[in-house]
Amino acid sequence: MIIDAFVLRALLAGVLVALAAGPLGCFVVWRRMAYFGDATAHAAILGVALALAFNMSIFAGTLVTALAMALIVSALAGRGWAMDTTLGVLAHSSLALGLVAVSFLPGVRVDLSVFLFGDILTVTSAELWAMAGGAVLVVGLLIWRWEALLTSTISEDLARSLGMNPARERLVLTLALAITVAVGLKVVGALLIAALLIVPAATARVFSRSPEAMAVIAVGLAMLAVVAGLVASLIVDTPTGPSIVSAAAAFFAGTLGGAAVLRRKRFP
Amino acid sequence: MTEALISAEALSVAYGPANLVLRHVNFALQKGEIVTIIGPNGSGKSTFVRALLGMIQPASGTVTHAPDLRIGYVPQKLHLDPNLPLSVSRFLRLNRKLSAAQVGELLARTGVPALAKSALSTLSGGQFQRVLLARALAGSPQVLVLDEPTQGLDQPGTAAFYRLIEEVRADLGCAVLSVSHDLHVVMSASDRVICLNGHICCEGTPLVVSNAPEYRALFGMGTGGAFALYQHYHDHGADHPEHAHEHGEACDHDH
Repeated sequence: MIIDAFVLRALLAGVLVALAAGPLGCFVVWRRMAYFGDATAHAAILGVALALAFNMSIFAGTLVTALAMALIVSALAGRGWAMDTTLGVLAHSSLALGLVAVSFLPGVRVDLSVFLFGDILTVTSAELWAMAGGAVLVVGLLIWRWEALLTSTISEDLARSLGMNPARERLVLTLALAITVAVGLKVVGALLIAALLIVPAATARVFSRSPEAMAVIAVGLAMLAVVAGLVASLIVDTPTGPSIVSAAAAFFAGTLGGAAVLRRKRFP
Repeated sequence: MTEALISAEALSVAYGPANLVLRHVNFALQKGEIVTIIGPNGSGKSTFVRALLGMIQPASGTVTHAPDLRIGYVPQKLHLDPNLPLSVSRFLRLNRKLSAAQVGELLARTGVPALAKSALSTLSGGQFQRVLLARALAGSPQVLVLDEPTQGLDQPGTAAFYRLIEEVRADLGCAVLSVSHDLHVVMSASDRVICLNGHICCEGTPLVVSNAPEYRALFGMGTGGAFALYQHYHDHGADHPEHAHEHGEACDHDH
């Protein structure tokens, strides 16, 4: 079977997102930043509106707004605002504002579902290069800061006593999250990026005995989900982004079910 | 007294412009000394220790460390997310290179030799504190700093943990600076107790401090009942007319 070029590009795009989402997703899970990821991703829609309005690249627009949102949330959290409420307000208002802003654009007939749920099959080569740059940057950042990130996640006091700066490590994660959102927008869309961060990492937890193993296994699971979702969407003609997340969710359910059965066998 | 390991001069720490937590504290920790800092909640004990370790910047005053000082730090009980798979051995190796033999040795020294491969999230409170202590001992420290190390331990657990610290200290000859409100257990082992409430209220040997009127004003009159030991009446007696509030000459804070 000859694989079409657009399928190959889609596959590569998915693999790149998985590469960044795997290890970053682990930190999102460990630091309980799930809602934080959601807020950052939802802000991307506002970035799409800005990019279309000012005729710049959507990748750049998304990156900038996601980063701005992540920084605002971090600053508010630092001032002692209730995180849950702050994120709830910001996540949904930025999404709504983005949708309203897009509707104001004159003469542009935009298919919003592309940005909400992704459109991996239309990824261009140029976009692929930007995504590759972003993914490499995220993975590089995380590997470079790994020990400090991990220590700050375990105990900020411990990190400080070792001369580390937990605030700087938070900033590293914030930056990585914004880049990952920009990378993932075309693949699974703003609404489902957080799922690609959390679901593979949560599944990987079951198999992992060390943080490093969890990150690597999460990458593997995210890649498997990309392939399975892509193939399924080509065969049964379903939207690709949601199919990828559904595949990841199926792995999660299967893993937890399997683990429960194993436990019962071992301790009847 | 010139070769203090850690010293603070006129140290003041503020959280924001209007919130002075520590006022003008002078302090020196000598080689091999065991010093315990006690004080009610919000008295600035942890802040004091953090400032001494350079983890927060003072508003004014200075903190000086002896050259190349090796500090082992045991943080307050940490809350680890159960989704983070971390073995005891990996935890000890965080940001540090240790062989398996060294890990085993550290854990044996703190009385938990069999735990190297256990997941951190499955440990009991007492085991967890011993692992934290093992981590702190890894660089053979000259000063061991413990911030409320026995929080959440029961009475026998607390006593056992402090006995362990005394053993370790006898082995290494390190100074020990600990923050506590488990007075009676710590006090017997301390060379010096500092009673802190925004400033140093009183200090001296455990016996001197337990008889000091400032100490009694902060912690209640009796020494027998456990309740009195754990319940901190502070605000300097403002709301507690039942505690006669006498201050020594050295105690110069405002009301």
